[in-house]
Amino acid sequence: MPKALTKYNKDDIWNLLSEITDPEIPVLTIVELGIARSVEKEDDKFVIRITPTYSGCPAMDAIEKEIHKKLRLNGIQNYELKKDFSETWTTDWMPDEAKQKLQEYGIAPPGKTEEGDNFLSSLKENPKKVPCPYCGSKNTKLQSEFGSTACKAQYYCQDCNEPFEHFKCI
Amino acid sequence: MSTQTQTLTKKEALFEYLTRLADDRLILGHRLSEWCGHGPILEEDIALANIALDYIGHAASLYEYAVEIEDEGRNRDDLVYFRNDVEYKNLKMVELPKGDFGFTIARQFLFSAYSYFLYEKLAESHDDQFSGMARKHLKEVKYHLRHSREWVFRLGDGTEESHRRTQTAFDELWTYIGEFFYTDEADELLQNEGLAADTNSFHSEWKNLVTDVLEKATLEVPDWDQYMAEGGRKGLHTEYLGHLLAEMQHLRRSYPDAKWE
Repeated sequence: MPKALTKYNKDDIWNLLSEITDPEIPVLTIVELGIARSVEKEDDKFVIRITPTYSGCPAMDAIEKEIHKKLRLNGIQNYELKKDFSETWTTDWMPDEAKQKLQEYGIAPPGKTEEGDNFLSSLKENPKKVPCPYCGSKNTKLQSEFGSTACKAQYYCQDCNEPFEHFKCI
Repeated sequence: MSTQTQTLTKKEALFEYLTRLADDRLILGHRLSEWCGHGPILEEDIALANIALDYIGHAASLYEYAVEIEDEGRNRDDLVYFRNDVEYKNLKMVELPKGDFGFTIARQFLFSAYSYFLYEKLAESHDDQFSGMARKHLKEVKYHLRHSREWVFRLGDGTEESHRRTQTAFDELWTYIGEFFYTDEADELLQNEGLAADTNSFHSEWKNLVTDVLEKATLEVPDWDQYMAEGGRKGLHTEYLGHLLAEMQHLRRSYPDAKWE
């Protein structure tokens, strides 16, 4: 039996959200990815704020459905799901443990974004080297900045000859 | 329709402005999606589909905000599927057929460079929700610009054939760049409120970037002072938009009440 409605608090909702994984990268939860931003109690309802990763990411619709399903299955109906653009999603929100999980899953994790860079002059520099998630070699080559999902780029390791994906750093 | 109204309210101007930006991205996204399964190499097929998806995502958030501002109970799909060509306010450039890969890349480069400077300004808009969106879109536009810029080098400074095709593409597109900097009452009203971007403020930076890239790609920069087409912002389009909309809207209009689930 689900807990009575009044027994739920913000932390319970947050814990439920942290059980939901990304449909395209199932090793990470929507909390680790920074998609779930906050839960606040407003009057008699919970306001859940989420922010999209990439604007056109088709996984967002699936994630919203998962959130509704999870909460309703737990008997929670007094909530509102809000898309929030006030903070701009960045891979810097991803904790180190999550990056480690990505690495173990075979996706090279994002590094740290470099703020304050002059973008136009950075266009003239060579792309940064991304270490191969399988053998650790830095002798890798960017194949394309666009990959199987909006958040990933395609690389090739010239030492172990494995193609791999890199979670882009934005 | 609010075309050429004498006095716009701030709300009407913002709806108009958001819709224009959204229309540019929806239509270009649709054009790019036509490459899906037809890209010259697998990586490019994927890249163009990714960029198309980004544009459609940008359009979706801009339309959502536009209908929220309008507050008349319409949703984003109403704007996409139930407006006719004269109600679309996109730039003429984005509705042109996709052409060959050289044409698509040349258009992507001109539009991405423009969008980069535009979003840099919009990121400072006094409207928090709008500026938040712009900051997000800007991150993605940087990838688009990097992608198309690299290809302009490769194609312009590539083979005789790729050079010829890319030069032809820039020559054909040139008459459509004037519209990037078209300004009317809606723009001015919002610029005064600190909501919209003053496109003239980055006109020369944009020109410098384009000149720099074309020259490095061994391409000739067409005449900046040539005749420039306009009309897209007033709903006056090329014949191509009607055909695109017919294809895009057909299913929805045939089954207006259909639901996915």
